[in-house]
Amino acid sequence: MTIGYKIKKAIIYICMIVLALACLLPFLLMMVNATRSGSEIVTSFTLIPSTHLKENWETVFSFFNLFKGMWNSLVVAVPATLLGAYFSALTAYGLAMYKFKGNKLLFMVILIFMMIPGQLSLIGFYNLCTKLKLVNSYIPLIVPAIAAPGTVFFLRQYVLSALPPSLIEAARIDGAKELYSFHRIALPIMSPGIATMAIMGFIGNWNNYLLPMIILNKNEKFTLPVMMATLKASTDINSNQGAIYLAVAISVIPILIVFCFCSKYIISSISAGSVKG
Amino acid sequence: MGHSGHYIGGIDMAKAVSKPKKSNLTKYNRAGYFFCAPFVIVFLIFSVYPVFRTLYLSFTDAKVTTLNMHFNGVANYVRVFTDKYFWKALLNTVRIWGLNIVLQLGLAFLLTIVFSDLKYKIKGLPVFRAVYYLPNLIAATSIAFLFRTLLDWRYGTFNQIIAGLYKLFGMQYNPIDWLNTASTAGVAISVIQTWMWFGNSFIMLMAGVQGISKDYYEAAAIDGAGRWTLFGKITLPLLKPILLYVAITSLIGGLQMFDLPYLMSEKTSAAYSSVQTVVMYLYKFGFETGTTQLGYASAIAYALFLIILVVSIVQLKLVNKED
Repeated sequence: MTIGYKIKKAIIYICMIVLALACLLPFLLMMVNATRSGSEIVTSFTLIPSTHLKENWETVFSFFNLFKGMWNSLVVAVPATLLGAYFSALTAYGLAMYKFKGNKLLFMVILIFMMIPGQLSLIGFYNLCTKLKLVNSYIPLIVPAIAAPGTVFFLRQYVLSALPPSLIEAARIDGAKELYSFHRIALPIMSPGIATMAIMGFIGNWNNYLLPMIILNKNEKFTLPVMMATLKASTDINSNQGAIYLAVAISVIPILIVFCFCSKYIISSISAGSVKG
Repeated sequence: MGHSGHYIGGIDMAKAVSKPKKSNLTKYNRAGYFFCAPFVIVFLIFSVYPVFRTLYLSFTDAKVTTLNMHFNGVANYVRVFTDKYFWKALLNTVRIWGLNIVLQLGLAFLLTIVFSDLKYKIKGLPVFRAVYYLPNLIAATSIAFLFRTLLDWRYGTFNQIIAGLYKLFGMQYNPIDWLNTASTAGVAISVIQTWMWFGNSFIMLMAGVQGISKDYYEAAAIDGAGRWTLFGKITLPLLKPILLYVAITSLIGGLQMFDLPYLMSEKTSAAYSSVQTVVMYLYKFGFETGTTQLGYASAIAYALFLIILVVSIVQLKLVNKED
C-alpha cells in the first residue's frame, strides 16, 4: 500500500515535471540556439551555449532594429493601458453608483459587445481610419482602449462587491464633489481590480498583431510583433537560424521580465475572471 | 459602523426637511452621465460605427475603395455561402480549433484532478501553474517564428531530436516537413495552440475547484465515494458554468484564429489550403493588394459572426437542457 502509493505519487510528479519541461524547453532551445552559428544549428542539437552571440546579434540588427520596435510597442501599449484602466474605472463607477436613464441600456450594450468577435468590425474600423486620415498613426491603436467593454464589466462587478455606497454618501455630506469622491475614495479601493485588468491589458496591447499590421505600413512605425513578422519575407536572415532564434529571444525577454514580477497578479486575474464569468 | 450609519441617516433626515429627497438624489445621479460620457463617445466612434459600417459594406460591391460602390443586396452573402473556399477555410478553422480544445481541456482537466486530489496531495501548485501558463504570455508572432525554426524540415531541432531517438534504436528517420505537409500542418498548429492555452484553462478550472466547498467532498468520502465518483458527481457539475465560459470564449477566439496559421504557412506551400482559416480568408479580401474586395470581405466577417452566434446559442441550450 505505502510503496504503491509512493510510486504512484512519484509517477505523478514526474509527469508534472515533464509537462513543465515541455513548456520551458522551446524557450531554453531558443536561448541556446541564439548563441550558436547557423552551421552549428544545422548539424546537431545541444543544450550547451556556443560563442556566436555577437555575430547573430549583428545579423539581426543589420536586418531590423528590434529596440526601435520595442520602443514603438511601449509608445502604444503604455498610453493604451493607462487610458483603458482609468476610463474603464470611471465608466464602471458611473454604471455601478448612479441610477440614470440609459444605465441599464448601456450595460446591456456592453454585455452584447463583449460577445462580438473583434474581427467583425475590422473592415469598418480600417475604413473609418482611412476617412479620418489615421492610417499610420498610433491613435487608432491607443484611443479605442478608452472603450473596453470587458474591463468595464469586470470593474463594475468589482465596485458592486467592494465599494459600499455609504462611503460615497458620507463624503457627499461632507461636501465632496462627485469626481473628487471617485478619485480619493473609489480609485484606491478599486486599485487591485484595476491593476489586474491593467496588466492583462498591457500584455494584450504589447502582443497585438493583426490590428497594428493593418493600421501601420511604415517600417519606422512598426510595433514589435509587426516588426517580427517581417522575418517571414526575408530570405537572407532565414539562412542563419541562430539569428532568428536571437530575434525571437530578444522579443520575448521584456514579457518574461514582466512575468517574473507580476505572475501572481496575472494568475489571480485569470482566476477572478473565470469565477466572475 | 452602526453608529456612523445612524449618523448618516440622521443628516439625510435633516436634509429631507429642507429639500425633497428625490430631487436631491436625481441631482447626484445626473453625474452618472458625466462618468460614462468618455466611454460612450469613444465606443460609438471606434466600436459601434465600425460594426455597422461593416454591415453596410457587406451589402455593397465595394472593391478597393468605398468611393464608387453600389448597393447589391444579398449578393455577397449568397456568394459567401456558396463559396467552397470559404467552407474549406471554415472547416480548417474548426478542425484546428476542435483538436486544440479537446487537447487543451483534457490536459487542463487532468491537471485539475491531480492537483485537487485529496489522497496524493501534490505540492508546488503555484510554481507549476506559473510555468504551465508561461507560453500564453508570449506574442503569437514570436511563438510562430520560434516553432517555424524548431520544426524546420532539414535543420530544425525538433527533427534532429527525433532522428537522434530513432538512431538510439538503430532506425533511420525520414524527416517530416511538419508545416508544409497537408496532413500535419494543421495538427502542428493545434498542438502549439494547446501548448499556449492549456495553462490558462487549467488556472480557470482550478479556481473553480478551489471555490467548491470541501464539505461536499468530505461528506461524499464518508459515504464511500471513490475518486472518479467524486469527480463525476461533484466536481464536473459544479464546474459547468466555468467550463461553459471557457468553451465559449475559446470558440470565439478559436474561430478568429489568425496569427499562428498566417505566420506559419506560405502561400506557395502544399499545406496552405489546409491551414487557411476564415480570418486569413477575410484578410485576403479585406487587405491584401490585388484581391481586395471590401464588400465581400465584410460579408465574410458577418457570416463568421452568424456562425459563432448560432454555435454559442446551441452550446448554451445543450448545457441548460441537461439541468
